[in-house]
Amino acid sequence: MPSLETLLGGVMMVSLTFYVLLAGADYGGGVWDLFASGLRAKGQRELIAKAIAPIWEANHVWLILVVVVLFTAFPQAYALISTSLHVALLLLLLGIVLRGSAFIFRANDAAPSQAHGRWGRIFAVASLGTPILLGVVVGAISSGSIRAPGEHVELAYFFIWVAPFPFAVGLFALVLFALLAAVYLTLETDDAALQDDFRRRAIACEVVAALVALVVFLLSQQDAPAIRERLANSGWAWPLQFATALAALSTLAALWARRFQLARFCAAGQVVLILWGWALAQYPYLVRPELTVHDSAAPQATMRALLWALAVGVVVLFPSYWYLFHVFKGRTQSSPVRHG
Amino acid sequence: MSNLLAARSQMAMSLAFHIVFAVVGMGMPLLMALSEWRWLRGGEQVDLLLAKRWAKGTAVLFAVGAVSGTVLSFELGLLWPKFMSWAGAIIGMPFSLEGFAFFAEAIFLGVYLYGWDRISPRAHLTAGVLVAISGATSGMFVVFANAWMNTPAGFILQNGQPADVRPMAAMFNPSAWPQSIHMLLAAYAATGFVVAGIHAYALLGDQHNLFHRRALQLALLVGGIGAVLQPLSGDFLGKAVARHQPVKFAATEGQFESETHAPLHIGGWPDTAQRRTRYAIEIPGLLSFLAYDDSSAVVRGLNEFPRDEWPPVAPVHVSFQIMVALGFAMTLVALWAAWRQWRSPSIAGSRVFLRAVVASAPFGFIAIEAGWFVTELGRQPWIIQGVMRTADAVTPMPGLIVPFLTITLLYLVLAAIVIMLLVRQVRESPGGREPQPRGGEVVH
Repeated sequence: MPSLETLLGGVMMVSLTFYVLLAGADYGGGVWDLFASGLRAKGQRELIAKAIAPIWEANHVWLILVVVVLFTAFPQAYALISTSLHVALLLLLLGIVLRGSAFIFRANDAAPSQAHGRWGRIFAVASLGTPILLGVVVGAISSGSIRAPGEHVELAYFFIWVAPFPFAVGLFALVLFALLAAVYLTLETDDAALQDDFRRRAIACEVVAALVALVVFLLSQQDAPAIRERLANSGWAWPLQFATALAALSTLAALWARRFQLARFCAAGQVVLILWGWALAQYPYLVRPELTVHDSAAPQATMRALLWALAVGVVVLFPSYWYLFHVFKGRTQSSPVRHG
Repeated sequence: MSNLLAARSQMAMSLAFHIVFAVVGMGMPLLMALSEWRWLRGGEQVDLLLAKRWAKGTAVLFAVGAVSGTVLSFELGLLWPKFMSWAGAIIGMPFSLEGFAFFAEAIFLGVYLYGWDRISPRAHLTAGVLVAISGATSGMFVVFANAWMNTPAGFILQNGQPADVRPMAAMFNPSAWPQSIHMLLAAYAATGFVVAGIHAYALLGDQHNLFHRRALQLALLVGGIGAVLQPLSGDFLGKAVARHQPVKFAATEGQFESETHAPLHIGGWPDTAQRRTRYAIEIPGLLSFLAYDDSSAVVRGLNEFPRDEWPPVAPVHVSFQIMVALGFAMTLVALWAAWRQWRSPSIAGSRVFLRAVVASAPFGFIAIEAGWFVTELGRQPWIIQGVMRTADAVTPMPGLIVPFLTITLLYLVLAAIVIMLLVRQVRESPGGREPQPRGGEVVH
């Protein structure tokens, strides 16, 4: 039986995984709104908007769950992360607010299309920036450069994350989100031309993702040696790397063969393997090298109560979530039932 | 501007902004669900149209509420890391449960807003009811956490650190129910009155518009019940404050000296230099009676507490007076509405009454902001009453004025846009006596 803090760390990772697989694709949708092009640019944008409108707010809550479990179960880690990464998190919040607001403003603005274009642009640019900042935060807490603040803190302390490695991780996150979105979007329409637009984008993303992964790995030698060591030399590391590569190649093959259901499965699997590979390499640290899940854990009573709360919450959550996706993703998207 | 003041201003501004959207997220789903329920029972298209129109406005407000709530969940750490590292383990419980309530709210709101043509009317109404329930629940949980800052419980202090943490006792601290019931009723009253005001305004120009009449009736029902019950919950909360936060109570009431037969100060200006509340109407013994059900009971004054533990007395007292005055005005309008409903054929028949409803439209939200000021300023200088000072909790990050100005600017722009979009939506509202719902209108 793993310790309570390891279990709760696992819960955070599960939430983060759902966030990346679901909300990540919503951000990726915004990226494809930004890069909508060709004859069907309008059709692409409409498809994206229709796909994410009913679900993005629910998907977004996974992040809140991560944050809440972090500050309840690992309050010191929450405090350290939010102190040292204040500026990055503030920018992340700006991205989150602008993305969500601009999306809903565009959907509800009765004014002419000029205003729609403006909201759309803000939505798309924020969808591009926010994943990068999310990746920056993950990169920063993995790199081993964050230390507890001393008595007197220099301004430079708050910009430790401005370094190549965190930004490479940010770029990696962005590409993976865009990949997920492109793959999912092939299943959101019956229009073969639109499907093909996103198929080509997904294939391109998969290739770029491999390149960016290589860049991240190369940069980690200098900037994040400890986690690189774990990713390169642990017993589990190479089987995991191999499985990830296999998932990526299967995604490509499935896209090539237009087996979109299979491509979705493989792409999601690839992203899950990357995330959990990172988690295994980072474990037991929450903030390398300052805090582990063990030394920042809340009292036992809190962790036990939290696990109960999570157990009860999940009973409400999963059936509701299933229902949401059943209603909006359970039948062919291009022919919703319309009355009247 | 000092770092502490910048952090406090940013937190206050973020909460003052978010509270409006959170309150709407509690109130509007109830209105929508009621209207849809009436449509299912009576089959009149106007009720369906109303539910759809309300849903349209709610979509925008809910989204802005969701993202501004996310900002707050981060700001707790960005601005008050020492508070969170000390207290996160104690108050995490209500926040975690709130997370799930919010999940349910977001999920079923998605179903509600975009599922009109995808699920049966009964399933759709159920989704609406679930949004209303989970919205109310999530609001209550958040207030539980705030209540803990006012009346910390569920731990013991050992060398300045918490020990023997009992998360459930922390969650159900002494202020938990009084504060959250007060907030919930405030949410219904404020939302109901604003919506009623908008439709009353439309009725002033178009007296027989059935759409607006139905809307007015429902909004006044929800807002009115909230407004009529609110004095009771206020009394419940006031008694809890008198008992558990005597300094806050003294500041709220402008009570400088401990005394028996303490008078209620209505209005007035607390003069901290002279240590008395000037220009107030004083009703002898009433404060003692309200606080302790005994007009001769001793009410503790500010004089019993060190000067550096006083909250800012004048702002707290004045905010409280504003809240109470507006609250009672709303109660009166609600009673007037009930009387009209009972005695006259049409609630919308009197222009004087409609004007009163229009005039009182913003009262609920102003009262909520004022009440929030009382709660938060009244707790100062503590972030955790009696345990941790706000000044000791602030982040060491320099230049906090920059994030403060950034978030302020962002929220000002968002507020302006939201108002503009809502005004446009309201202007589009159906005219004529018998509004013709457009067939198959898809709400996006």
